[in-house]
Amino acid sequence: MNKNIDTKKIIISNPLKLDCGKEINNFPIAYETYGELNSEKSNAILVFHALTGDQYVSGKNPITNKDGWWSYVVGENKPIDTNKFFVICANVIGGCMGSYGPSTIIESTGKQIGTDFPIITINDMVNAQYELIKYLEIEKLFAVVGGSMGGMQVLQFVANFPDKAKLAIPIACTSSHSAQNIAFNELGRQAIMADSKWENGFYSNYKLNPDKGLAVARMAAHITYLSEKGLQEKFGRKLQDRDSLRYGFEADFQIESYLRYQGSVFVDRFDANSYLYITRAMDYFDLSKQYKGNLSDAFKETKTKFFVISFTSDWLYPTSENREIVIALNSIGADVGFVEIESDKGHDSFLLDVPSFLKTLGDYINSTYKVINERRI
Amino acid sequence: MKEEFNIISNLIEENTRVLDVGCGNGDLMKFLQENKTKDIRGLEISKEKVQNCLSKGLTVIEGNAESDLKQFPKSSFDYVILSQTLQAFLNPELVINELLKVGKKVIVTIPNFGYWRVRLQLLFKGTMPVTENLPHEWYNTPNLHMCTIKDFYNFCSIKKIKIFKSIALKKSRISEINKSNLNYKNLDSHLGIFLIEN
Repeated sequence: MNKNIDTKKIIISNPLKLDCGKEINNFPIAYETYGELNSEKSNAILVFHALTGDQYVSGKNPITNKDGWWSYVVGENKPIDTNKFFVICANVIGGCMGSYGPSTIIESTGKQIGTDFPIITINDMVNAQYELIKYLEIEKLFAVVGGSMGGMQVLQFVANFPDKAKLAIPIACTSSHSAQNIAFNELGRQAIMADSKWENGFYSNYKLNPDKGLAVARMAAHITYLSEKGLQEKFGRKLQDRDSLRYGFEADFQIESYLRYQGSVFVDRFDANSYLYITRAMDYFDLSKQYKGNLSDAFKETKTKFFVISFTSDWLYPTSENREIVIALNSIGADVGFVEIESDKGHDSFLLDVPSFLKTLGDYINSTYKVINERRI
Repeated sequence: MKEEFNIISNLIEENTRVLDVGCGNGDLMKFLQENKTKDIRGLEISKEKVQNCLSKGLTVIEGNAESDLKQFPKSSFDYVILSQTLQAFLNPELVINELLKVGKKVIVTIPNFGYWRVRLQLLFKGTMPVTENLPHEWYNTPNLHMCTIKDFYNFCSIKKIKIFKSIALKKSRISEINKSNLNYKNLDSHLGIFLIEN
């Protein structure tokens, strides 16, 4: 949450016209890179993070001191091997890890922007990150990869910049946010805004933080990232540090205790206003609407190779929604592969140790990299 | 297997767009990619096999030919291949129609149930045939609609599907099938390979 973190940052001076109509300029983008860019600049992979992610994909996250959010996928000898690839990840605008967001301090007043921050969209996030790619002087990325909201950014990136990535891997995502997903996001936002410490988004002026609301938002969302089977197997009706029910409202059950813990650690690392803005951006995402109802048109200009991945137990971004992306790509003869991975771990599968996912993803990326390089020679 | 791949490969012109339906572990795709065309896709129903293909860098979609061929536009491939899979569909006629829509030309190969070794087993042993090419028992076979070379030949003529080329394979011996030798080829070949068009 901008706690004087020593993040890598660039200031984007080009004005960026946002979908809401406002224009921003001289704004920061915080990012991190892993591995080395080769001399041909042909090994760069841009990773997009999900709702509560950040630029710290791999290694130790300096803020939380925990492993980076995609440590199973990115790192030395991992599926996206940083011995081989140059991996870039930026904090999205609207975020709270150093990029321009509601917790950015306005120099003239010394106060956070709060809810004076403009509404941003997935399109705006992607356009801002493209500025970073230009700054790094990478003409063409080898791949753009991301899960969940990161996958939406993958789709938007290829639509906006059809010749800037050779390979696109959207994982566990959708081309248009469903009513159910908007509903869950709204629940989270209402929890934050109902917290009296929210102060219409200007809580930092009063040295307050809507912790309770943000924790409830996280708890509700966390349930949607799991599967019924996964929850039942992991927790069942097991009791937390007690042998019998206490006939009260303490956390009798392990699942309650687990969710409370998830909520409490989340508020230490995430800004409540960022949660509002980023969930709003997800809700507004409707790529086919951007192309007058024809999703295929979003990809008509591109020669990018696609690989779409979904998970059997993901009910937040179900296979059917991922398949719609595949169908749209097939209908214009685009180069697209697709697999639904068997997993009980729900939407969170893409972040977790799911061996068949990790193997397929890694093998695919490596063999495609080889094929594309061979063809160039 | 190798003979079948060679025959299929010879039926395909270079640098054309190919879809392999029921591509399995991608062996044929790999073979064609090395010998004929880079522009090749696969459709496969088994997750495990799809993952094997993708691991090799092959562009494969997990899906069912009976429901998922619809998503491809008409004539979007120069060739669609269905290698030894037709008999496993619930509705082979529907699949053939879908294939003929999606592909300008279609290559179908069928394990021949009219092969004399197959016939002999049923005739003398009185049990459902199990051969090198049809290794399953009746209770675990994925094959729902076995047919013979003659059956498929007749099917094409009834449905007014043009047969460009029909090839019979016995061990590694390759020969052409025509109207006059149909009965003999139907008895003496383990595999039939047809190049057809709507």
